[in-house]
Amino acid sequence: MDWGQIFNQSASSIISTTTIAYALAALGLGVHFGQAGLLNMGVAGFMAVGAYGYAISILTFGFPWWLAAIVALLAAVVFAMILGVPTLRLRGDYLAIVTIAAAEVLRLLLLTVAFEEVTGSADGLYGYSGDFQAANPIPDGEYGFGPWQFNQNELWPIVIGIVLLALAVLLVWAMMRSPWGRVLRGIREDEDAVRALGKNVFAYKMQALIIGGVIIAAGGIVYTLGSNASPGVYVTSLTFFVYTIVLLGGAATVFGPVLGAVIFWVLQFFLSNLMPALVDAGVLPFMTANQAGMVRFILVGVGLMLLVIFMPQGILGNKKEMTFVK
Amino acid sequence: MRPTTRSGVSAVWRIATMLLLALGLATLLGGGPAVAAEGDPFKIAGNVQNEGEAIEGVSITVDGPGGPQTVETGPRGQWQVSVPESAEYTVVLDVDTLPEGITLDDPEDDTPETKEVTPNVPFAPKAVNFFIGEGDRESSAFATQLVQRLVQGINFGLMLGLASVGLSLVFGTTGISNFAHGEMVTFGAVIALWLGGTAFIGASLWIALPLAVLLSGLLGLAMDAVIWRPLRHRSVGVVQLMIVSIGLSLAIRYIFQYFIGGGTEQLPGSTPQKIDIIGPIRMTKVDIVSMVIAIIVIVAFALWLTYSRLGKATRAISDNPGLASASGIDVDFVVRVVWILASALAGLAGVLYAYYRPGIKWDMGTQVLLLMFAAVTLGGLGTAFGALIGALIIGIIVETSSLFIPADLRFASALAILIIILLVRPQGILGRRERIG
Amino acid sequence: MSSDASSQSGPPTLVPREKTTGLHVGEATPGCKKVDPIIVADNVRRSFGGVHAVDVDHVEIPRGAITALIGPNGAGKTTFFNLLTGFDTPDEGKWSFNDRSLAGVPAFKVARRGLVRTFQLTKALGLLTVLENMKLGATEQRGERFFTSLFPAAWRSQDKEIEERARELLVRFKLDAKVDDYAASLSGGQRKLLEMARALMSNPTLVMLDEPMAGVNPALTQSLLDHILDLKEQGMTVLFVEHDMHMVRHIADWVVVMAEGKIVAEGDPSTVMSDPAVIDAYLGAHQDVDLGVVTGRVAGDGADADASRHMIEEESNDELEREEKKR
Repeated sequence: MDWGQIFNQSASSIISTTTIAYALAALGLGVHFGQAGLLNMGVAGFMAVGAYGYAISILTFGFPWWLAAIVALLAAVVFAMILGVPTLRLRGDYLAIVTIAAAEVLRLLLLTVAFEEVTGSADGLYGYSGDFQAANPIPDGEYGFGPWQFNQNELWPIVIGIVLLALAVLLVWAMMRSPWGRVLRGIREDEDAVRALGKNVFAYKMQALIIGGVIIAAGGIVYTLGSNASPGVYVTSLTFFVYTIVLLGGAATVFGPVLGAVIFWVLQFFLSNLMPALVDAGVLPFMTANQAGMVRFILVGVGLMLLVIFMPQGILGNKKEMTFVK
Repeated sequence: MRPTTRSGVSAVWRIATMLLLALGLATLLGGGPAVAAEGDPFKIAGNVQNEGEAIEGVSITVDGPGGPQTVETGPRGQWQVSVPESAEYTVVLDVDTLPEGITLDDPEDDTPETKEVTPNVPFAPKAVNFFIGEGDRESSAFATQLVQRLVQGINFGLMLGLASVGLSLVFGTTGISNFAHGEMVTFGAVIALWLGGTAFIGASLWIALPLAVLLSGLLGLAMDAVIWRPLRHRSVGVVQLMIVSIGLSLAIRYIFQYFIGGGTEQLPGSTPQKIDIIGPIRMTKVDIVSMVIAIIVIVAFALWLTYSRLGKATRAISDNPGLASASGIDVDFVVRVVWILASALAGLAGVLYAYYRPGIKWDMGTQVLLLMFAAVTLGGLGTAFGALIGALIIGIIVETSSLFIPADLRFASALAILIIILLVRPQGILGRRERIG
Repeated sequence: MSSDASSQSGPPTLVPREKTTGLHVGEATPGCKKVDPIIVADNVRRSFGGVHAVDVDHVEIPRGAITALIGPNGAGKTTFFNLLTGFDTPDEGKWSFNDRSLAGVPAFKVARRGLVRTFQLTKALGLLTVLENMKLGATEQRGERFFTSLFPAAWRSQDKEIEERARELLVRFKLDAKVDDYAASLSGGQRKLLEMARALMSNPTLVMLDEPMAGVNPALTQSLLDHILDLKEQGMTVLFVEHDMHMVRHIADWVVVMAEGKIVAEGDPSTVMSDPAVIDAYLGAHQDVDLGVVTGRVAGDGADADASRHMIEEESNDELEREEKKR
């Protein structure tokens, strides 16, 4: 068994567009779920809005990549408002039902052959990254060291991703230490109490839904930036994985979701390399290589359960400030 | 402004397809003739011609194991789809895509636009021919189809109802929005496969199916004893419980995939022949048995809930847990019974769904989880009878909507209607207004 | 129900601070006119599944006084509170606050107009610190607007002022030692105090307290009463729901009695409490003397009603004396 390669692969996942995309999605969900107490079960939908908003803007409307990204973020604003206007006045679980259903409807709309011209149906969209790569200012060459080695084409989306992530973290950090963030956390605890103090609870929840949604959509953009947009990615399991990440790092913290994403993907890569290697080495005679690949997904589920029960505040969260009150 | 044309990237396309299959998604693949799921061994094909003249651009939908696929006929009127297995597929020609003045015409068949085929030889295309002629389109074709779809919808709705009442009862008595309920549905089907499948134990269906339902009940008992009861006693919040159920759902789902893989397996006993019932209504034997079982169980369940001591206690807890426990009801015991019942009903629904789809797959329950939530929400959160009505509505919407919109959007239509109804009447059909926050 | 507020009947009560009198015009009947009403409600009705929870034809709440809203359990007091403050929508009816209609105004706007409330079950925001709870109470904060919140320079000075005011209030409410604790760690009574102090951060004109005494440790009772009396001294109007008859007697200038959703009596505390009709209607939860049991059994019998009334009065006088001694 090649331990060096397994560790190398796992370490390389610390800096990848996937990790950055999930970190952004988790950060946005942190604003929804951790700060405002909004049960957004449609993370996959927001990410799909970002990804497809970006890809369709380039392929169908011929926008430059940066304008396409802005359009995708605006689409997320619209999506948040469509979901929020009718549900934010109702009890919290209605938002959960509507967001999960809307995300699924969106996925089915992306998948149907009826709109294949625009969405690419099941094959998704691809071949739109030319303009993005053309804008790459990084000179040709190999960069990095150790497990983190990239050529200019791999590095460019990572740079953009890290810049977006840094901006988003800064934004969330600034909001959460301000009186605005205080109102939001008050709403998470008890919205009637905050209402009785003269705050427009609906407006705050809507603002939080939009901000978080835009950050999640940015994750969707980073995920598709250099490659392709495929409807098979934006399933409800994606939402649940992001929940796992958020709870792992600490839902009510700023850096928790980012840390959670890194840990989640390092573990995923580690297990996805380790398990088949163990099977190959004959350590797990009762498993096939396919089954070995399944184990890490089972562990995600078990891990999520254990996290919620025994460490709901997450790694970075304050033990006293558990995010669950109701 | 597309840098690359679609046709030049078949390699990318192939990778995407393989990824999709690997992920085990409902493969609603389509695109052009003969491009669906190239890895699938069985093919269904045909030519659409009117008196020797090819008709291009006619939409044909093939539905069955592996999910619905829609193709359009090519320049010579030809079409072909690949399907994963030798099972019955429904081939529907969309008459609206025929040129003006051309219609389907078959004196032998009331529904000339729908054909049933079972491809049996791998890689040898199974031919399906439609009888095409000129003339007025018969309006009865639509009515016939509508009636058939309605019956199918009721069948699906009853099955969904079986699964949803349990979800609703659990929500009512414990406050858990149980995302693992879909896995409880799959569990029944998987156990039935394990006991009755010819590749496995191969027991008689008379033993395998009841035993599968029984074991499903045991799963409910085990889940309550190991997870939910301890959490209840720690007074864990409902949001936390919901996320625990999400984790449980993920874990069980992948455990299924661990054991049965990503493919579709069939239960024995399915017959493709349809029997004439009344007028245009034609059903397979399995459909009829399934509906009868569902109706009997639902009626029995309703009687239990309304008249038995335990059923009344269950409703009392749904109404007001604190009061119920103060008035001497053993909440723990009732909740345990609810979990057993919910799980057994879900398991039964899973067995019926395995025949309805047809086929058993590791994520089959997850596919209908949202429809079950929709049924429960439509009926009014936590009211068992509301969930039944909601399930029937959802079932009928899902089946009939494919008459008006592409078949691959039928689940979307049900969810879209859920969202709309929530906006108009958030408490659901039978729910109380006070439930709104 | 036939005496004027100005000519008090019954035994003289020992009131630590002057009661406000002369609040109404004419007879003190249910729905009578007030000299200077702050709230005027007309035909406010709300039913739940056919049961009229609130069915108020007309009521006026006097300005600058402490008004108690009493009545048996299920009389509709809290529902009426919810309706007035926009937390519930009536089937019909209109009401105004400071001569401006409040019907259909959402709860947060009601609060912004200077009508703040507390809740029967305290809503201290448990996972915010005591200080954060207080700062949340202040209105018109620049930093609470989304875009300005991103620039601390725009709100930091205002936030400092708010913090100073919050700390002063916390000292007054003897919560200054708990400033940085999570509100969840406070006792029930301290949470009530915090909720009241937080409401004051918005400088309200009318404070509505829903059962301020419920679940409060007796040691804190006096301080809470003083705080409510302080509110009046500072020019605020107070309307509160309460079951504790001692408290009503001590601090209320005016009492409104509700039963089965209707206003059944009004008047100054001593008059209303000696009204047999009120005692009949009041089958509520008196902790020490179970009025419900004493009078409900013999509905309308004057002698027994008198007996129970004396018990209550004597009790409250005793308590007042105890409190006087403590000072």
